[in-house]
Amino acid sequence: MADDREIKDLERALEQIWQIAARLGLDPFPTRFEIVPATVMYEIGSYALPGRYSHWTFGKAYHRMKTMYDFGLSKIYEVVINTNPSYGFLLETNSPIQNKLVMAHVLGHVDFFKNNAYFSKTNRRMVESVSSHAGRMNEYEFKYGRKTVEEFLDAVLSIEEHIDPNFFIKQDHPPQTEAQERAGRPKEGRYDDLWKLGEQSAPDAPQPPARELPRGERVPEKDLVYYIMRNSPALADWQRDAMAMIHEEMEYFVPQMQTKVMNEGWASFHHARIMRELDLPDRELLEFAELHAGVVSPQKGQLNPYYLGYKIFEDIERRWDNPTAEERERLGRRGGEGREKIFEVRELDNDVSFLRNYLTEELCEELDLFVYELVEEEEWKVTEKRWERVRDQLVSNMTNFGFPYIVVADGDHNGNRELYLKHQYEGAELDPAYARKVLEYVFRLWGRPVHLETTADGEQLVMRYNGEDHDED
Amino acid sequence: MSVQRNDWSLQRKGIIDQERHKDRVKEAIRKNLGSIVSNEAIILSDGKRSVKVPIRSLDEYKFRFDHRKRKHVGQGDGKTRVGDVLAREEGQGQGKGKGPAGQDAGAEYYEAEVNIDELAALIFEDLRLPFLEEKAKKAVPAKTTRFDEIRRTGVMANLDKRRLIFENIKRNARSSSGAKFGNVKKEDLRFKSWEEDNRYESNAVVLALMDVSGSMGEFKKYIARSFFFWMVRFLRTKYDNVEIVFISHHTEAKEVTEEQFFTQGESGGTVVSSAYQLALEIIATRYNPRDWNVYPFHFSDGDNYYSDNEEAVRLADELIRTCNLFGYGEIGEEGTSGYRRSSGALLSIFKDRLHRKERFVGVRIDEREDVYPALKQFFGQRGVEA
Repeated sequence: MADDREIKDLERALEQIWQIAARLGLDPFPTRFEIVPATVMYEIGSYALPGRYSHWTFGKAYHRMKTMYDFGLSKIYEVVINTNPSYGFLLETNSPIQNKLVMAHVLGHVDFFKNNAYFSKTNRRMVESVSSHAGRMNEYEFKYGRKTVEEFLDAVLSIEEHIDPNFFIKQDHPPQTEAQERAGRPKEGRYDDLWKLGEQSAPDAPQPPARELPRGERVPEKDLVYYIMRNSPALADWQRDAMAMIHEEMEYFVPQMQTKVMNEGWASFHHARIMRELDLPDRELLEFAELHAGVVSPQKGQLNPYYLGYKIFEDIERRWDNPTAEERERLGRRGGEGREKIFEVRELDNDVSFLRNYLTEELCEELDLFVYELVEEEEWKVTEKRWERVRDQLVSNMTNFGFPYIVVADGDHNGNRELYLKHQYEGAELDPAYARKVLEYVFRLWGRPVHLETTADGEQLVMRYNGEDHDED
Repeated sequence: MSVQRNDWSLQRKGIIDQERHKDRVKEAIRKNLGSIVSNEAIILSDGKRSVKVPIRSLDEYKFRFDHRKRKHVGQGDGKTRVGDVLAREEGQGQGKGKGPAGQDAGAEYYEAEVNIDELAALIFEDLRLPFLEEKAKKAVPAKTTRFDEIRRTGVMANLDKRRLIFENIKRNARSSSGAKFGNVKKEDLRFKSWEEDNRYESNAVVLALMDVSGSMGEFKKYIARSFFFWMVRFLRTKYDNVEIVFISHHTEAKEVTEEQFFTQGESGGTVVSSAYQLALEIIATRYNPRDWNVYPFHFSDGDNYYSDNEEAVRLADELIRTCNLFGYGEIGEEGTSGYRRSSGALLSIFKDRLHRKERFVGVRIDEREDVYPALKQFFGQRGVEA
């Protein structure tokens, strides 16, 4: 069968690619490639992992991707999954050379997953985890009704990105025993402490050392999902469980959101190197050049993360291989250290530090980066070209992976268990219409009035939702 | 390290969740029927099967930055300078904050593709013709033939040529000669076959009356038009035996075709009684109320000649006596809800003076969103008070 031959060919190519990758210093997890039809490709693409729980938003993403594909507007060549072993998916309509390029690209990603510090705590068996989540979610749907679960998930998903990326519930927080749990809980009723009036501790008994409040009771707390999950007066057990599952899935996805530029840059950088070393016939070489140009081409007006990351890695390698006289003298660079340096960067940085440290004046100029904004509600204008400002704006836009930084400032506001959220304003205002909608969702989760402090037009603004009306001052 | 290909044919999760999404779209449409019913894209669809309408409740709300108040970083082709204009903001207030190429984060609405037939089914779910009575004459079984079957044998007159060609090409494709038409054999023949359909149904005639006087401006005509659009659609989908008579009037009335009814321009003053008079004549000559259920619906801005009001009320009363239900919709100026009433506004006069009010429905429409409630009042379950 032609099919088998195709697979044999790919396996042979993979063998070669793997060897070149190893020679270049890549150290990926073992990787399995699978050829799949478009429907499956888009399904995995829209869920980001195979086998996740069901929700209409995934269906919407799937529908959109599939339609774009059907109309020939866009195409995903590759999907890769951060597990050990890793999985790479190849679209069955890919040409042989497309597949080779994708395999090389995927190995770059997998190397990054394995070795970048921000991924070190990700669950490498996530496919199993999400599939058990899906099972539990399914059970809840069966028990409490699909609509109930769906509406609850709508609410949770509205804040899913607001977790603390350095906080992994499972690892950092071994499950408490029932007794500890009870002890750690906030007082349940207003007058509960009255019960303790009779028990006086002996005057000179040593005071127990002031115990630091466990995670989830301290404020300010960046992890909205965790805080609400633990402290909401309104949630049933299954709902807390559902929130824990979503939290766990976000823990897994956040490193990818934090390293998009680097990760794509790294993979593109290496697919280019690997392909160059593969002995390609002329015809394929041409097709490869075309494909590669497509992947790392700058898109007018927009920033292409593949291209940006790719250029920066190239630049780092060059600068550490051939430092200027000044760099040699002042920074003690000996030259010829390019390879070593890029591997160090791929291990230690995330997008924010990557851009902050390695986006240089020359690169900004070469890439023709600029800051633009809407001027007088009328025109989108270029307002800044000075490279440091451009770099700082880029870094600032990527901070907190592009989401507003919001914390729980008080879980007992007004002494009435109202939730007080605070947006750490850093120059960019919230979309007020969206914020109001999210407050409605948060109210669903918290069950009591919610407040959000932010800044609009230079002044402090507090938005409130009490379950019926919005209000602000 | 390996490359494999497995059977994924049972993998249907995306499709299943896509259904969930569709359900949401449907639900959202149901909730937004009011604004969708009078959406231009639909009313002016001109026979298109589906249209796009914006639906708000399908967004995935998150805390996000205000796209329009934020600084962005972009990339140019090497010659960008401070002050260059990348794009102009267009469509103020449309919610489509368009940034430079590829920046569509400002889009506020989810545009759903709505199939008009499905939408119609949703809208018509609760509508029916009120006070429908068994009438003597045509209430006998109406025999219709429906071609609904294809057979291999039959009369040559009923030959289905399309299918014949199709079958022929299929057969040729199966044999070695390739997918071409030719060499027709007996086994390619396909015949249409029919079934006789006996339905017992009452007959109804709807008299659509519209004011086309000078005071009926763009908005008012649009409202009347969208109302009749749905009414006609509704009647034609739900009942086989419905006849519709179109009457337009200013100072005098005349019967017109459907096309004229919806497209002709406006002029002159308003004498409502002329239309009622004509309606009564048509009923008397062609639609004897003994045999027909008769439903006159009239749209006007209520700016009737003062001297005609007396006559209008008298004829309206007579219409109500002869008909099953008389509907009157008064269309206000866009955006002026409620209070404004021009001197001669008919609606309040009707409400005061008509005799058999239980067979009269009067509604006032000031906004596009009022069209759907008006439809529901006219064609809702009876017992609705205007």
